[in-house]
Amino acid sequence: MEEVKTSKQMLGELLDKHYSDALEAKKNGQLVAWATSISPQELLTTMGIHTVYPENHAAAIGARKCAPEFISHSKGNGYSVDICSYARVNLAYMELLHSEAGDIPKPDLIFCCNNICNTVIKWYENIAKELNIPMIVFDLPFNHEYEVSKQDVRYIKGQFLEAIQKLEEITGRKFDYDKFGEVMKISSETSVWWKKAAMKAMTKPSPLNGFDLFNYMATIVCMRGTTEGMDLFKLWYEQLCEKEAKGLGPWKPGEEEKYRVMWDGIACWPYLGPTYKTLRKYGINMVTSTYPDSWYIVYEQNDLDGMARAYSSNYVNRNLDFGVDNITKLVKDYQLDGIVYHSNRSCKLMDFRQFEVQRRVEANTGVPSVIFDGDQTDPSAFSLAQFETRIQALVEMMEKRKQMAGEK
Amino acid sequence: MMETTQELIQELTKIAEAPGAAVLDAIKSTGKKAVGCFPIYAPEELVYAAGMLPVGMWGGNTKGNLAGKYLQIFCCSVMKANTEQALRGDYDGLSAVIITAYCDTLKCLMENWKAALPGMKILPMVYAQNRKTASGRQYMKEEFLRIGKELEKVGGTEITDQALKAALDIYDDYRSVMQKFIVKIRKYPAVFTPRVRHLLIKAAYFMDKKDYTEKIRQILSSLPAPEPLPASRHPIILTGLIGEPVEFLDLLQENDFSVVADDLAQESRQFRTIADRNLPPLDRMVERIALQDGCAFLYDEKKTRGAMLIDMVKQTEAQAVIYCQMKFCDPEEFDYPIVKKELAQAGIPMLYVELEQQMDSMEQLRTRIQTLAEILPTRGR
Ligand code: SF4
Ligand code: SF4
Repeated sequence: MEEVKTSKQMLGELLDKHYSDALEAKKNGQLVAWATSISPQELLTTMGIHTVYPENHAAAIGARKCAPEFISHSKGNGYSVDICSYARVNLAYMELLHSEAGDIPKPDLIFCCNNICNTVIKWYENIAKELNIPMIVFDLPFNHEYEVSKQDVRYIKGQFLEAIQKLEEITGRKFDYDKFGEVMKISSETSVWWKKAAMKAMTKPSPLNGFDLFNYMATIVCMRGTTEGMDLFKLWYEQLCEKEAKGLGPWKPGEEEKYRVMWDGIACWPYLGPTYKTLRKYGINMVTSTYPDSWYIVYEQNDLDGMARAYSSNYVNRNLDFGVDNITKLVKDYQLDGIVYHSNRSCKLMDFRQFEVQRRVEANTGVPSVIFDGDQTDPSAFSLAQFETRIQALVEMMEKRKQMAGEK
Repeated sequence: MMETTQELIQELTKIAEAPGAAVLDAIKSTGKKAVGCFPIYAPEELVYAAGMLPVGMWGGNTKGNLAGKYLQIFCCSVMKANTEQALRGDYDGLSAVIITAYCDTLKCLMENWKAALPGMKILPMVYAQNRKTASGRQYMKEEFLRIGKELEKVGGTEITDQALKAALDIYDDYRSVMQKFIVKIRKYPAVFTPRVRHLLIKAAYFMDKKDYTEKIRQILSSLPAPEPLPASRHPIILTGLIGEPVEFLDLLQENDFSVVADDLAQESRQFRTIADRNLPPLDRMVERIALQDGCAFLYDEKKTRGAMLIDMVKQTEAQAVIYCQMKFCDPEEFDYPIVKKELAQAGIPMLYVELEQQMDSMEQLRTRIQTLAEILPTRGR
């Protein structure tokens, strides 16, 4: 238990430092950027620009149950309740600039990559407009074909180069390509360790309590380009290996991991505890989600084409066939008993393929699943009672399937 | 004279009211294949140059729940309607459908359609968001080339440079005629009511553009000298995705509003920008998108929509702007707070209305539109 504490402690410390460094930098007149969660931070890191991530910050605000204040402020400004709640929280934070969940400095620059959704273009466009600051957009075309096309790679690479030029103009400094190479290397390695740790959950029982992915996610977003980030994931990995060697499961010794499920989509931050406890009550460990692969951005050092492809390869930017294959593979690799799909009121891109993905994955694997309604930060779009009812239904289906397998 | 105008108007409004039949007619009479084009902008010129008929697909008032197999209830009604219609077989006569990726809903739509409609030729495409930069322009060009090749296969005809140039000329002619049209009809509010104005513009989506432009020209030349404008009317501007349902437009009419200009994606945004005619054909297509500022669906670094609306109000002496928010259309939802702020600063009244293509009741809308009419002074010119 002692070691687990150390890794978690390190996580907390790193995050605190991440935010305080950014605030300090701003105070000293250094540039601060706001960036989307899977953006080519390598460019900013190389330039030494302090970067914070509004999605992460909004998630933290949600987890601390502080979102309603921001949501209603945005509503007052005319933001529809149907808009992504991360955006609604952040656009209010931009004006209020304080939350109990922690503060981030106001940006001097906006860095936006639409490989997660087109929503971020609209959201960041508004920040840039309201604060009258420059915005850099990386437009990573939706991959309606299975793989990232050469045409897309050319476009994305071109945008990296144009962004470098723009950053040089903004900072008045030359871009250091040697340092860039270093940052690329570290970023890829950090991604590898993140995924290696997450993959420890393939072992049965899983030494990893999958909800930890939600906690560690903050660091893979904020510190992917740093050695500290890499060290953290290495440490986490080692600790999981130790647990695995001892045959330990995700929870207290003796507490059985009865079912292994995947969680599709983002967590419900305001209900992180209750959703976790509900699953655990039924012996369900969420062993994987779409998170591990989202930040697995790996490419060869100095390979801009590879970097372009890697950034465009995350699953929400891929087509339905890929989404189905991806989850089908997860079912096998992680020996899943079931899938929980979060129909997230905020996120149309994740939602509007869910029904078909669910049907096809079920046809491919026979693994049962449920869909529940929720939202990642807006507490009003989630009902714990409905969640529990769905989970009970899932347990019944999973149990039946186990019995049938046993009878064979 | 008025009779001809009325006849022409009726001919076009009928087409806009029953697009399905109109498209079938057009396929029959021209012998051309038809290709569906999703919102917001599609490379219609390429379809045209490939000898086919581009057809707009902007939803409609469709009931049913076939689409519910693929889409959650919080999907915009335009895409629910398109999907419903497709699953029902309304689009079986189309030889292909171009689906673009301006928003997250559209990205999912193209994927669902591939799954749900295996017999339909789906041509997904992406317009560059970095539409002014060198990399974005190059990408757009390649994307047009790629789609052009696909269309050649569908149509069985090569798209020659010459054919494309001819198509671009026809489209730019359509655009410049429409620019004149919307200005001229301001003087005839009794003839070009909000509903009629909308339907006339919409008919363009279901006809050969050359024929359509000719009809519009005829309407323009058939108009008698304008009479003085009624003192009671309220000139207004509509902004948003679509000014539908038509019952909403009827409410405007009932309250003496006349639409003097619009910034609707389905209407003026289609023809307000024309690129330099001397550019090579593909560059001309790329340039038009690069110039298309103030649109919610294209990244706009300076976010010029508010300023553009303020200019429009000044030019047309409109009394107010109505923000036609298609429910669940998030790119439009994001623009609203900024536009609202800018218009308020300029002292321009703006009404926000939430619309769906299938609305159960118009009562709430009626009250809000009446209220707007009451607060605005009446004036004639
Ligand atoms: S929750 Fe969805 S819509 Fe919101 S920022 Fe994330 S990916 Fe985009
Ligand atoms: S959300 Fe808006 S842009 Fe997207 S498909 Fe719906 S109506 Fe069209």
